[in-house]
Amino acid sequence: MKGILGLLKPMSGHITFNSIEQNEIGYLPQQTVVQKDFPASVFEVVLSGCLNRRGLLPFYSKKEKTMANENMKWLEIDELKKKSYSDLSGGQQQRVLLARALCATRRLLVLDEPVTGLDPIMTSELYTLINRLNQEQGITIIMVSHDMKSAVQYGTKILHMKTSSVFFGLTEEYLNTAICHKMMGGVRNA
Amino acid sequence: MLDLLKELFSYTFIIRALVVGILVSLCAALLGVSLVLKRYSMIGDGLSHVGFGALAVAMALNVAPLQVSIPVVVLAAFFLLRISESSKIKGDAAIALISSSALAIGVITISLTTGMNTDVCNYMFGSILAMSKSDVYLSAAMGIVVLVLYILFYNKIFAVTFDENFAKATGTKAERYNMLIALLTALTIVIGMRMMGAMLISSLIIFPALTSMRVYGSFKGVIICSTILSIICFFIGIVISFALSIPAGASVVAVNLLAFILFSIAGLFIKKI
Repeated sequence: MKGILGLLKPMSGHITFNSIEQNEIGYLPQQTVVQKDFPASVFEVVLSGCLNRRGLLPFYSKKEKTMANENMKWLEIDELKKKSYSDLSGGQQQRVLLARALCATRRLLVLDEPVTGLDPIMTSELYTLINRLNQEQGITIIMVSHDMKSAVQYGTKILHMKTSSVFFGLTEEYLNTAICHKMMGGVRNA
Repeated sequence: MLDLLKELFSYTFIIRALVVGILVSLCAALLGVSLVLKRYSMIGDGLSHVGFGALAVAMALNVAPLQVSIPVVVLAAFFLLRISESSKIKGDAAIALISSSALAIGVITISLTTGMNTDVCNYMFGSILAMSKSDVYLSAAMGIVVLVLYILFYNKIFAVTFDENFAKATGTKAERYNMLIALLTALTIVIGMRMMGAMLISSLIIFPALTSMRVYGSFKGVIICSTILSIICFFIGIVISFALSIPAGASVVAVNLLAFILFSIAGLFIKKI
């Protein structure tokens, strides 16, 4: 996944996209420690997602600010706009980062274990949001997850990795494989 | 009080020290916010020790101190940034290693040549007498460069400081901005070092950022507050240093410490803005 994002160079070969540039990818990372006490307002964080649209131009225009506002409204965090990012709950922070990722892309969103550390209610809310993004706005979602149940529930294609690829294909086919039965603890169609 | 200020402004060396000091504090405060938030606070400290070593060697060789120390410290800054990013020796350990080695080399060079004299003491703990006319021009130029670059790249610096991986993943060249920050930090340290002292210059970088973070919750708020705070603390520090005849560096740090304590107490009672 770090390869897709250009954080690591592939050991051999190279990665090709179908006409997607590096600056058209949105990314929702796992929470890092540095961010926990970072002084930044929600709006500053969300707006920073627009950076890749500006190229070498130094400041944001009205267009980017409107877009940041719209994305915040869509994710129902617009009343948090002025709040400090570090004062928010885990679920709210994740929404802010999702809004930032939306500012960065209209096409491809890469999620790295988006629900780690969230409670079950937050988790299902977040999945619903992500699902709506995919359905309503037509954004391709790639998600790395250990949460097998939800992956199977929301995903349309599954890539199961050990040290190399074990399975890649449609979710329905995946549900019929032996490895899936093993991972899901023998429960089918969870 | 007014008489004191009047007397203060009648000396050209004090005016020089104030001009240089205010510009250095301004730059240090701006850069400090990023350095502290990226957990690079110790880089400032490490660089000042390297600067001390370079100054000592320059003195021994009888060449202009700035011409030697600027390139050496800039190189050290790039190097430190590299090892903090990826290496087998962890960042903080590497900095301790480099800073104490540089200090040792400096001390050895000095004792073999001139011996431990007042010049050395001034380098260690700073002196407001150290500023020459060319220092004023240099620091003015540097101050303007840092300020302009910082404003132009403000949004990018924010993005890279807040979340380097996201910035990289969405197509920003994060390394370039890290390099820029390191370069500007190195310049700020070399110029501020002789006034503040090699031992104390890093406080100019760290204190204002930490102090403003007690009260402000937004990046812009912290940046603006720390630059203003840094300049005010520097000015008060110089006045006290003049009135009590104590080293400038030490009194500026003491004022900064006081501000930090006040802001911390204030931070307990008010919600972050």
